Amino acid sequence: MSQALDPHAATVAKAAGVEPGPRLTTADGRPLTRALARSSRKARRRAFLLVLPLLLFILITFVVPIGQMLQRSVKNDGFSANMPQISAWFAENPRGTEPDEAAWAALAADLQQAARDRTIGIVGTRINYDMAGTRSLFTSAGRQARNGLEPPYRDAILDIDARWESPALWSIMREASSAYTANFYLAALDRTRNTQGDIVMAPSERQVYIMLFQRTFVMSAVITFMTFLLGFPVAHLLATLPLRKSNLLMIFVLLPFWTSLLVRTTSWMVLLQQQGVINDILVWLGIIGTGQRLQMIYNQTGTIIAMTHILLPFMILPLYSVMRTINPSYVRAARSLGATSWTAFRRIYFPQTLPGLGAGALLVFILAVGYYITPALVGGSSGQLISNMIAMHMMQTLNWSMAAALAALLLASVLLLYWVYDRLVGIDNLKLG
Amino acid sequence: MSRTSADDAFVVFDRVQKSYDGQSLVVKDLNLQIGKGEFMTMLGPSGSGKTTCLMMLAGFETATHGEIRLDGRNINDVPPHKRGIGMVFQNYALFPHMTVGENLSFPLEVRGMGKVERESRIMRALDMVQMGKFRNRRPAQLSGGQQQRIALARALVFDPKLVLMDEPLGALDKQLREHMQFEIKALHERLGITVVYVTHDQGEALTMSDRIAVFNDGRIQQLAPPATLYEAPENSFVAGFIGENNALPGVIEKLDGDNALVRLANGALIDATAVNIRENGQPTTVSIRPERVEFKPEMMPPDAHTIDAEVRDVVYMGDILRTRLRVAGSDDFVMKCRNTLGQTRLSPGQQIKIGWHPRDARALDPVTTQQGSVN
Amino acid sequence: MKKTLILTSALVGVAGAPQAQEGQLNLLSWGGSYGNSHVEAYAKPFEAETGIRVTISDADNPATPLKAQVEAGNVTTDIASVEYADAVRLCDEGLLEEIDASVLVDAEDGTTPEDDFIDGAITECFIGTDVYSMVLAYNDDQFPDAKPSAPADFFDTENFPGKRSMRKGAKFNLEFALMADGVPADEVYDLLGTPEGVDRAFAKLEEIKPDVIWWEAGAQPPQLLADGEVSMAYAFNGRIFAAAQEDDLPFEIVWDGQIYEMEGWVIPQGAQNVEAAHEFIAFTTAPQHQARAAEFISYGPPRRSAAALVGNMEGTDIPMGPNLPTYAENMTNALASNLDFWVDHDGELNERFSAWLAQ
Repeated sequence: MSQALDPHAATVAKAAGVEPGPRLTTADGRPLTRALARSSRKARRRAFLLVLPLLLFILITFVVPIGQMLQRSVKNDGFSANMPQISAWFAENPRGTEPDEAAWAALAADLQQAARDRTIGIVGTRINYDMAGTRSLFTSAGRQARNGLEPPYRDAILDIDARWESPALWSIMREASSAYTANFYLAALDRTRNTQGDIVMAPSERQVYIMLFQRTFVMSAVITFMTFLLGFPVAHLLATLPLRKSNLLMIFVLLPFWTSLLVRTTSWMVLLQQQGVINDILVWLGIIGTGQRLQMIYNQTGTIIAMTHILLPFMILPLYSVMRTINPSYVRAARSLGATSWTAFRRIYFPQTLPGLGAGALLVFILAVGYYITPALVGGSSGQLISNMIAMHMMQTLNWSMAAALAALLLASVLLLYWVYDRLVGIDNLKLG
Repeated sequence: MSRTSADDAFVVFDRVQKSYDGQSLVVKDLNLQIGKGEFMTMLGPSGSGKTTCLMMLAGFETATHGEIRLDGRNINDVPPHKRGIGMVFQNYALFPHMTVGENLSFPLEVRGMGKVERESRIMRALDMVQMGKFRNRRPAQLSGGQQQRIALARALVFDPKLVLMDEPLGALDKQLREHMQFEIKALHERLGITVVYVTHDQGEALTMSDRIAVFNDGRIQQLAPPATLYEAPENSFVAGFIGENNALPGVIEKLDGDNALVRLANGALIDATAVNIRENGQPTTVSIRPERVEFKPEMMPPDAHTIDAEVRDVVYMGDILRTRLRVAGSDDFVMKCRNTLGQTRLSPGQQIKIGWHPRDARALDPVTTQQGSVN
Repeated sequence: MKKTLILTSALVGVAGAPQAQEGQLNLLSWGGSYGNSHVEAYAKPFEAETGIRVTISDADNPATPLKAQVEAGNVTTDIASVEYADAVRLCDEGLLEEIDASVLVDAEDGTTPEDDFIDGAITECFIGTDVYSMVLAYNDDQFPDAKPSAPADFFDTENFPGKRSMRKGAKFNLEFALMADGVPADEVYDLLGTPEGVDRAFAKLEEIKPDVIWWEAGAQPPQLLADGEVSMAYAFNGRIFAAAQEDDLPFEIVWDGQIYEMEGWVIPQGAQNVEAAHEFIAFTTAPQHQARAAEFISYGPPRRSAAALVGNMEGTDIPMGPNLPTYAENMTNALASNLDFWVDHDGELNERFSAWLAQ
């Protein structure tokens, strides 16, 4: 058969790397490629105008905020912008220089100015991020400096509070004198700088983030696996049932989407808590004694159960949509070729569900990594994830730079995962529905 | 290939019935014997039960009642993968995530065959369908005809004794389909395998089969070699389903052995061969093939009855002239004449007399449904 | 940063830059029964008297959107109800307008606001509206014999069996642990300022760590108490009281060891209707209106003169006074939450708390 008649022949030729022919021209002698570009320009412009609103929308609601978040994680000019003179002194004198009277004078002038501008709180907050307890040092110094300080400034400031002499404080002010810093990332990785500016591990009782990152990824992986285990048979059932029945079942699958978080949380509590339905039944059946009631909520078990429940549809839907397109004749063919039903499933059916499984797993994993309300409510102490720390810094301590650094690390690890997935499976193999 | 008795038949359907819903039967009391090396086609309109029969044979459906035997063994309870039957599916069912070579390797691997043996068999099977160069392609990179060949090779690579084909050429264009019909038939003859072929395309069935089972309404209407089926249909459904056919309703006037005199609706009398009628006064449908209708008296037997006809139109088709006539109140009576030198050209409106050899007109059961009309 | 912020606000501005509107006040509150007290006791009578329309929106914690609004230069809020700690922080960061305290009205007997309000209720950016506290609450059904009566009983699972519920966070718990360990209320923060004090607080918490169900949302502890899942909880008094009243549950409150905090009004920097906001503050902090608010929710008025005016709980004949944190008898061994301390140590101690939890 001729190539022109066979649409697949073109693909084959391309795949085989057939060289393009000599440069073609139009009837009046212009290069064909240019004529083509001109003729399609108008259509392309119109297509671009059609997607422009969406592009702007994504830019405003997604790209810009994420960009701001990334910037916030490395930039905090709370100190450098409001303490210009001492910042300049740090820039002129290398690390290790003892603060001289010029430095103290610069500090005094900045403290006075910041106090008058009511920016002393910002300055103190910035330093407090790296050295707890210093915020009030700045605000109280500011209150007194507002009335004016007399030279020698070193003595004047030390009179307010002797802690101003601390080398650790000066080291941290030096760090903060540049608007850009990696310190939030260091802190997010349980690391800190000592007075020499070297990176060291944070005190052991404060090391929490790396452990929480690990736990977040392990728990998300477990949850992803659980949704796969539970969702795969359901998706298969849905895909093979007649449409009318599968639509009804689909409503049950989607039910978690349609119930409010509070209703769900309450029902998990009613079911899972120690005085809850499941424990009551187990005690009633005599399987466990009254004193042995199982702890199934307010710990990791609770988090896994609750999040598996809520994320299950995200696994089932892509699997379902892929399975729906798998012609039953593939498995029949495998069976007729001599494969047992298990072999037919393993070697023929399952590999064809991989695009759906990949999409579902990626979706569930990424959502699980970022979930925070559910683990907060049912996770107890051991079911707490990194997102709870982000929320804490966002809402409670208002250290947004720290929250941004943690979020950026989370984002980076998700992107890394995406990249690994692309290398292993190929992102074009992803099928969301 | 002639009819085979139940004893030495390779495949036997013995009083097989199939119901999906417990309310109605899609296959009603099926009895069929297929001989070794035979090319048997199951032909029928969709919903006639032919595919269900094939699926029962392959093991994907279970018979509600009756027994299916393969090579003398009851296979009702044998799972599909133990039946050793090759199958070619309507959409080819090539595994999309495997290359051509892996597709062919699959049935050999699940049989635990060694690598060396697998290699030689795969190459042989691919060469057999002239696809040796395409071993490392994926099915999506192949054209429809190429996929068809691979599906064929895969169904044959493990040397099954029986190969089932479920409308395998349905997705191909006409030219390619005819070419593949030829190739499949050639392979069948070369390999000596038994083939059960399902199609709704009568042309395909006629050109390829040793015998054809015409299915309708869950029953085999007639089981015969192609020529018999065409020339001696046993009922109106077969007459209408296979080839072009003129159906004239009437009543038996006189029955004399095999000869029947039939009175048409307008009172005209015609000759016919009695097939499945038993007594005078019985309603009947007379079936005459268009190419057996004559309008020149010298071509008819001397004592043949003739009837009046009016020419409606003549269609020039190159090799033949297709003439539509008004006969006995019906407008769609067709007569085909070979386009020979000096052939009489009829013109619309012309009044002629037509007749035929009584052997060519078959008095069959009266047509009750749409299916019996000209196909 | 500046540039992107300008870009965002410019883009937001396209949708309609906020403008001062005559006779209009945008209030950002908390929703729930607390937000309801703002509607009933403040907004409705204020509208009736002044004709200024009050538009109320809710947030989980109004301080968060407030900070975002001011930083983005798109301030739609005129007045917001925030926790004292957040008010101090926002004020120090220059995100709040100064409030002119001279608008506050005198008490009926002529006491000036400065003398009438409790300490810390009037600052340059913040005017207190109510006092709430963390209290020890227990389910009476679970303790037929001896009843818990002091913070130490919370940590005594031998004599007072059952699980406990505490807030998932360092604040309140560390102070409560020290008080239970015998530290008098007025020494708690001095001790917590030292590493030894922090170690001591965590050591005390460690004693009941396996028995604690940590709560995150204020609605959880009353539910846990009601289900019998825990026998004692350290929780907000308003939630416990409301649940006990509405569902007729046998909850008892031990006021000994309460830690109280304040909420109040702030005006974001760049607010459009500053004048109306001041008017609103003057109106709502008048003793009779503060007393009225306390009839809707068991948060005490921060004005001494208002306490006497508090009547029965709205719609019932239950006197509200004894159920308020500021009731004189409830204030023995009460601890005022130290906001400077928490602003300084929030991040550090919460990190340590999370690490401790996760161990």
